[in-house]
Amino acid sequence: MAERRMIWLGLALLLLCGGFLAWHLRAPYGFILELRAAKLGALICVGAATGTATILFQTVAMNRLLTPEIVGFDSLFVLLQTLLVMLLGGVGLAQVPGALRFALETCLLMGAAALLFGGLLRSVSGDVTRLILTGVILGLLLRGMAEMLQRLLEPSDFAVVQQAMFATFGRVDEAQLAVSAVILCLALLASLRMAPALDVAGLGRDTARGLGLRHDRVVLVALMLAAALISVSTALVGPITFLGLLAASLARQLTDTHRHAILLPSAAIIGALILVAGQFVFERLLQRQSALSVVVELFGGLLFLFLVLRKGPR
Amino acid sequence: MIETRALAYRAGQTDILHGIDLTIPRGGITALIGPNGAGKSSLLHCVSGLNQPSEGSVTIDGLDPYAASSRERARTVALLQQSPTVVSRLKVAELVGFGRWPHHRGRPTTEDNDKTRAALAAFALDDLADRSLETLSGGQRQRAFIAMAYAQDTPWMLLDEPLNALDPRHARDLMARLHGLSRGEQGRSIVIVLHDINAAAGWADRIVAMKDGRVFAHEESAALLTPETLREVFDTPFQVLRHEGRPVVVAR
Repeated sequence: MAERRMIWLGLALLLLCGGFLAWHLRAPYGFILELRAAKLGALICVGAATGTATILFQTVAMNRLLTPEIVGFDSLFVLLQTLLVMLLGGVGLAQVPGALRFALETCLLMGAAALLFGGLLRSVSGDVTRLILTGVILGLLLRGMAEMLQRLLEPSDFAVVQQAMFATFGRVDEAQLAVSAVILCLALLASLRMAPALDVAGLGRDTARGLGLRHDRVVLVALMLAAALISVSTALVGPITFLGLLAASLARQLTDTHRHAILLPSAAIIGALILVAGQFVFERLLQRQSALSVVVELFGGLLFLFLVLRKGPR
Repeated sequence: MIETRALAYRAGQTDILHGIDLTIPRGGITALIGPNGAGKSSLLHCVSGLNQPSEGSVTIDGLDPYAASSRERARTVALLQQSPTVVSRLKVAELVGFGRWPHHRGRPTTEDNDKTRAALAAFALDDLADRSLETLSGGQRQRAFIAMAYAQDTPWMLLDEPLNALDPRHARDLMARLHGLSRGEQGRSIVIVLHDINAAAGWADRIVAMKDGRVFAHEESAALLTPETLREVFDTPFQVLRHEGRPVVVAR
């Protein structure tokens, strides 16, 4: 049943992608298709990366309300980028090849996320209130630190960092898109490979360890994969706080399963569906360019409040 | 057999267990009794390989659970936690199937599926196999978690207060099932933390009484259940009566 629903979601995404590419297509076909394909690729990468990262993070945090963005993964990415600009200078950083720079930023984020959040999840596991409070405050702290450092930058250096700070789907760097797609595919495959272990990890640290799972290692790998996926998303379009929550909640609701072999791809598909459908409606039907991230944040924020007020975290 | 030598456990700055020397032979049911905070659950966790002792040693059938691989340990001893997490949307059969994880690591075989079905049957969960855990009563849920530990197919089962939230009928039913599973050549060796002294008196082959992080007494059931011993362990007076040859303990 859950498998069938996942396949339907996949088919819906395919159909939507076809519509996104072909709707009102006029000459010069090749040029317009190329532009649309790049944007579509970015939307799929960002949606899939965010949805998958959220399921991974929620499983190891044992909490359905927290997402990597809420606890500040994307702020950490912006902070690391700010630090790199401070160290190398805007010009120096621009001289580093795009792919190498992106790989460096991703590796830094993976390491920092494992250090920061690995310890946090272990020390407050089981205490849901403390976990949420610590996560949200950590997110605010990282955002504040990034903003403080940005004030110390030269205006030209600040411009380099600025493009990573606000979500926009208007511009897509094609070289970065290619690297992102590769990282996304690798992270998705690794996540699916560890899906059975994530099912066991969902039982809680002690029960999972009692079953012979090396729980701490699973948590560490999941956090690093989530960090890699968030770096893909943030580097491509900037931070979108509540997209992951929307995608993960809808995936759980629609597939009605705890199995990560279904949940992970479903959340990836739903994340992509939300963005592609949203962009299609705003750009093609309503002729608007930059409202999507705002609308995603609005509905995601409302869902967050609804989940908090309705039944609380697991 | 389970052997601990000078076992001590410290959580943060607090000493929980002090120099425990204990030998539990294979077979039957061994009950751990004692007041709250006596260290029963901590001892179970230390023995199962989940809480590294600060001093001393523990072996299970000669295996050091802290030197063995996590898989080897999970094939030797199964632990039921006091309050296991209830995962939403998880079905009973899936939960019990997790017990086979140490054997298949995510790729269940026909044998694993057979053992899962056998565990469901052993705890009368066949009819509930497709029910979500959230929809079960506390007693049914408890049985499902014990069935998961049983499906692990380990010679040792360590159960931390499995009678919690069970009414007398379900508690009796569960103890009878565990008693049955602990008999015979293929029977499991069960170590169980109990607050119900009469359940221990009725079903356990031996009782370990703990107090203040130490083993206070360790005897065959009937020998340990005297008013004097119980008063010293629980700091409250008890009367021990006899009913059909078994001791019945009444707090006065």
